[in-house]
Amino acid sequence: MREVRYIRAVTEALREEMARDKMVFIIGEDVGLSGGSFSATRGLLEEFGERRVKDTPISEAAITGLALGAATQGLRPVLEIMFMDFLTVCMDQIVNQIAKTRYMSGGQYQLPLVIRTPCGGGLNAGPQHSQCLESWFAHVPGLKVVMPATPYDAKGLLKAAIRDDNPVLVVENKALYGTKGEIPEEEYLVPLGKAEVKREGRDVTVVATSRMVHEAMEAAGTLSKEGTEIEVIDLRSISPLDKETIFRSVEKTTRLVVAHEAVKAFGVGAEISALVSEEMIDCLDGPILRVGAPFAPVPYNLENAYLPRSTDVVKAVKRSLAY
Amino acid sequence: MIGKDALLEMFYLMVKIRRVEERLLDLFAQGKIPGFIHVSIGQEAVPVGVCSCLKPGDFISTTHRGHGHALAKGADLKRFMAEIFGRRDGYCRGRGGSMHVASSELGLIGSNGIVGGGIPISLGTAFASVYKGNDRVTVSFFGDGASNEGTFHESLNLAALWDLPVVFCCENNEWAEFTPKSVHMRIEKISERATSYGIPGVTVDGDDVLSVLEEAARAIARARKGEGPTLLECKTHRWFGHFAGDAQKYRSSKEIEEAKGFDPLLRFQETLFKLGTLKPEDVERLELKVRSEIDEAVAFALNSPIPADESLLEDVYSTD
Repeated sequence: MREVRYIRAVTEALREEMARDKMVFIIGEDVGLSGGSFSATRGLLEEFGERRVKDTPISEAAITGLALGAATQGLRPVLEIMFMDFLTVCMDQIVNQIAKTRYMSGGQYQLPLVIRTPCGGGLNAGPQHSQCLESWFAHVPGLKVVMPATPYDAKGLLKAAIRDDNPVLVVENKALYGTKGEIPEEEYLVPLGKAEVKREGRDVTVVATSRMVHEAMEAAGTLSKEGTEIEVIDLRSISPLDKETIFRSVEKTTRLVVAHEAVKAFGVGAEISALVSEEMIDCLDGPILRVGAPFAPVPYNLENAYLPRSTDVVKAVKRSLAY
Repeated sequence: MIGKDALLEMFYLMVKIRRVEERLLDLFAQGKIPGFIHVSIGQEAVPVGVCSCLKPGDFISTTHRGHGHALAKGADLKRFMAEIFGRRDGYCRGRGGSMHVASSELGLIGSNGIVGGGIPISLGTAFASVYKGNDRVTVSFFGDGASNEGTFHESLNLAALWDLPVVFCCENNEWAEFTPKSVHMRIEKISERATSYGIPGVTVDGDDVLSVLEEAARAIARARKGEGPTLLECKTHRWFGHFAGDAQKYRSSKEIEEAKGFDPLLRFQETLFKLGTLKPEDVERLELKVRSEIDEAVAFALNSPIPADESLLEDVYSTD
């Protein structure tokens, strides 16, 4: 094992997959010469050349459509969209074109393409550079959506996404890019659609995504000192969703909290909550509670008040247990 | 020079597209076709002129008004008709219908229900040709309305920048759905927009199939040689409404009659008569042949089963 930063784990995944498969290419704004806004593609232009690392104009719709068309011909584009907020300017290409091309062609086309994009606050980047919009995309049939929380998963999920024959949105987290974690020396993949139990516990299940996994782990430490043991599940994949791992845990704990950084309303937490109440309400000993951001844009100046933290998870767990 | 057989093949295709769409209008009026359809009657010279210059391995992307392009690129009429009827034997197993005929084997990347949505996708097949080092060309068909979409401008810029082997073929029928060109753009020639991107822009009489062919051949050859994209504006005329059943109350009957005066089929027929390539009795024979092909295709489509309800979850994802 060795320790790497999240952002370098992303670079490693890209480098390994490009070396492995000549059909893999990188396309995006500032991905070549500058090595990427967050340096994810650093060194790849030098290593693989201009043919496979494509700097583009600021034309998100055009490059997203290009990725689609290239994927129909067996290429495996890895498209970087600089901030998740910018997915809004290529929404038609993602939602109406990429997500539906296989289906509406009656299965004639496969679309092995990846869109990497960073979400999240914590950098005082303001309302248009800090959103977590994963639930929009998870709502669209035909797309897969993953959110790695650790360097290990950032690498393993991205590699698996590149090898997948479907369009996969890999939602990284800007605030986590600098965090460190261990990864093995040897090659590995993290399968799409599989959650991970990060910490076992008997009292309350906490399903978390992306940065909130770390907040949930911190909350677990705090609560443990008070005698409460929570089970923390890192969802990793939003779509497909690993219902089995969630259900198995809830059967054991009978209580559920879902924590994400995205706005709480209409989010992934609502979906998980609905699934659990539809399919296993008899197992529950308390209301399913959600931790998420308030119903407001991400403020430039009041991020600390805005972003959900471990203390919010602790509160939700206590409320669940008090029921 | 174009050989006699090639000219006759083009004429056959134009007759076929016209008669197929006339039949579709009939069938639609009888309530036999679900959804909605958009016919390209009056615009047949563009798909035929352009696609006659393409090789089987080349790609096209097209629009909601894409029947002509699919047929000109070689779509089998039976499978085409079955698609429009939503049947199992359609190109897309009936999933797409009139607006979404696609065929990977024909290089028909897709017809598109979103105005301007197909233009960026055509960059991708063109990029794949460059990436793989082959000479397959992509033609992206769209209308005058789509040339006001951001995707048009983004795509022309990118294709120009990378010398992508793509031809942007703008079918300017003077109507963006229900809005005349005078209300949706200031410039006269859409081809002038090419100047902004440093690529050639050409305007051609899109109702004269031989003019279309000549300019398309030039643009396609340029793309194939790796010299980059061209914006080819074909000025043509839409006879019918935006969709079948559109009463066109926004258009004067005089203007519609004038549009019909540009009839590309009639013009090509007269040219071929003058050249001695075609005789009136050949036309009669051809019309009968086309009619029986259409009859057969409609019968084939109606005999093809509607896929089982359970199949609706297939192909949301690839599971290979």
